[in-house]
Amino acid sequence: MYKIISAEFLAQDIKRFVISAPKIAAKRKAGQFVILRINSHGERIPITISDSSTEDGTITIIVQGVGKSTKEINLLESGDSFQDVVGPLGKPSHLTNFGRAVVIGGGLGTAIAYPIAKELSNLGNYTIGISGARNKDLVILEKELSSFCNELHIMTDDGTYGEKGFVTAKLKELIDSPTPPDFVLAIGPIPMMRAVAELTRPNKIHTVVSLNPVMVDGTGMCGGCRAVVDNKTVFVCVDGPEFDAHLVDFDILTRRNKTYNTQEKEALHQHTCKTEQAIKQLSHQEIESNLASGGTV
Amino acid sequence: MNTLPKKERMKIPRQPMPEQPPLERNANFEEVNLGFTEELAMLEANRCLQCPKPVCQEGCPVGVQIREFIGLVSDGKFGEAAAKIKETNVLPAVCGRVCPQETQCEAKCVVGVKGESVAIGRLERFVADWERDNLGLKPFIPLEKKGKKVAIVGSGPAGLSCAGDLIMRGYDVTVFEALHELGGVLIYGIPEFRLPKEIVAAEVEALRKAGVDFQTNAVIGFTDTVDELFQQGFEAVFISVGAGLPYFMNIPGEHLNGVYSANEFLTRVNLMKAYDFPNYSTPVMDVRGKNVAVFGGGNTAMDGVRTAKRLGAERAMVIYRRSQEEMPARKEEFHHAVEEGVEFHYLTLPLEFVGDENGWLTGVKLQKTELGEPDASGRRKPIPIEGSEYIQEISMAIVAIGNGSNPIIKQTTPDIETTKRGTIKVDELNMRTSKKGVFAGGDIVTGGATVILAMGAGRTASQAIDEYLQNPEIW
Repeated sequence: MYKIISAEFLAQDIKRFVISAPKIAAKRKAGQFVILRINSHGERIPITISDSSTEDGTITIIVQGVGKSTKEINLLESGDSFQDVVGPLGKPSHLTNFGRAVVIGGGLGTAIAYPIAKELSNLGNYTIGISGARNKDLVILEKELSSFCNELHIMTDDGTYGEKGFVTAKLKELIDSPTPPDFVLAIGPIPMMRAVAELTRPNKIHTVVSLNPVMVDGTGMCGGCRAVVDNKTVFVCVDGPEFDAHLVDFDILTRRNKTYNTQEKEALHQHTCKTEQAIKQLSHQEIESNLASGGTV
Repeated sequence: MNTLPKKERMKIPRQPMPEQPPLERNANFEEVNLGFTEELAMLEANRCLQCPKPVCQEGCPVGVQIREFIGLVSDGKFGEAAAKIKETNVLPAVCGRVCPQETQCEAKCVVGVKGESVAIGRLERFVADWERDNLGLKPFIPLEKKGKKVAIVGSGPAGLSCAGDLIMRGYDVTVFEALHELGGVLIYGIPEFRLPKEIVAAEVEALRKAGVDFQTNAVIGFTDTVDELFQQGFEAVFISVGAGLPYFMNIPGEHLNGVYSANEFLTRVNLMKAYDFPNYSTPVMDVRGKNVAVFGGGNTAMDGVRTAKRLGAERAMVIYRRSQEEMPARKEEFHHAVEEGVEFHYLTLPLEFVGDENGWLTGVKLQKTELGEPDASGRRKPIPIEGSEYIQEISMAIVAIGNGSNPIIKQTTPDIETTKRGTIKVDELNMRTSKKGVFAGGDIVTGGATVILAMGAGRTASQAIDEYLQNPEIW
């Protein structure tokens, strides 16, 4: 069992967990991930490690509740435990002092990009962060990023915070500026990563994306996470998760990520019904105990 | 002791294995074979001639004392028979179920020369099950502790067999497993209906009771490297991580949704229990009423196709490029598959997967073949017949053509020499790798093989590890 030391929502449906896992904390490098399982019936969910503390023996992960399993995870609180956490898996990011490095995070991608941005900054890069969110409420890690980024640009789709527009608008500005980036890292929804790749392709700016396909074992055994990079089949779990953005076949990635859409919908529906029922039952119990203790409803 | 004269013994027919009716079992995941009763077992054991020179034992990669244990069964001494088997085999309930006996011990059986060989596998299974049901978990009793630590990487058949032997020899044994459950391919690969998971769990539990320390969620190479294991005080390391990395066929369309490796399909269903979705959270594509094609002719292909049938596939097909004769699957699995309604399409080669505009698999383009001269594998080579191409409609494809080698140990321990195929190079006599103190065995050395061969490798390694640790100068 892997105990949760702290758990807090950063934005709606986005929760940060600090988990006791000393071995993983001691080993992990930026860009690597863990696979975790909530309980004996749970899926194996791959999640990038956002941060770690060797001293405390903890790792930090940030989870967005989108499907049944991630929503279940986000019900966990400090003091609860994960049944299984395995890692660190995948290859660490290949980082060096590139010069001007732009790190782009879209939505939850900001959480995954954060440790890499930090590492780029440590390596002496002039680090520019671009973090995109749908609206003000979904902006995450602004304080953390601004503590080391030389520049930080927050972009919201509706303009309720930072600048209005997509992350690519800001990237375009930077590319067209007198000091264009030497290195771009983009992590987020597939359409965003694809758009970034297309923007940096004409000037051949070294661009890396982190892929998030469906995985099971995470050690190369099942081949479920296969993607096409440079016209070759790769297994993202052992060959990645980071790849040259200009060589990734985003069409195949997009399609394969939809394999279980039907089942996920079904599972989520059932999960929601169960949760609602539990809440109803709970409030019913509360009413009864209230009555029993002589209170009024 | 059995007093029946030889002639009488030869008259007893080989006893069939009681099993679930085919059309009932192809819709459930319960075990197909039900096992011998005590009477059936004793009757079958009476068929054994108790040869002065038991050649059957030579056919067993772990050297089970077959004649002796069968003699004890015919006397009704089932507990003693179990103890006899366990002297050389730590997983009898598993081996009795999944070993290819027809090409090993039973192929050597003298009774089999003129008639049908003694059903050694069925008897082994009976004895192991009888012991578990009647005497409970009998822990192995290790020798006096030697105070030396051995690390075993991977809890599949090679790792468990090596762990069992070493704990018996008095070593402190820790088994590291990457997944969250123990048993390796016995858990994620071989389906419940062929090897119930509680049987594997019971055999693992017996090892745990004997003192083996099992660590799950430990990916050696990442969680700890091999060198770090030595730093932590382990004096020898046995690498038995299995094959890993499934091969694909490298034909167009292999990235369509609905194309699975057998490893992924079986892992989802067996390890993650996707057949009970959404009670268990891991999904697998819904094949109810659809056509499923499995490519390959080995045991994994049989496991895949029979699993697809049980998940409700309308047609479950094996597509194999050679003929039935060359198919490497165990005979019993093949017969069971036929009985359960699986279709076999021999001399058929896949050329391309075809899909719809959303990227979902809709069919496979196939071509007929004829057999030519034997190839490097010794089997006759399939030669495509021009103009014989056709499209078979399918919604799911399962590729079961074998596995490459997992790269994690290779990448993280470069001083362990590997072959071009990525398998670990060993001296077959003692399973030593190029790195001092490191031994390897099982599929990571041989490429995809059988459970019992892996167990044999684990056993050979355990002897070599024992010799090495008693006298490290010999390396």
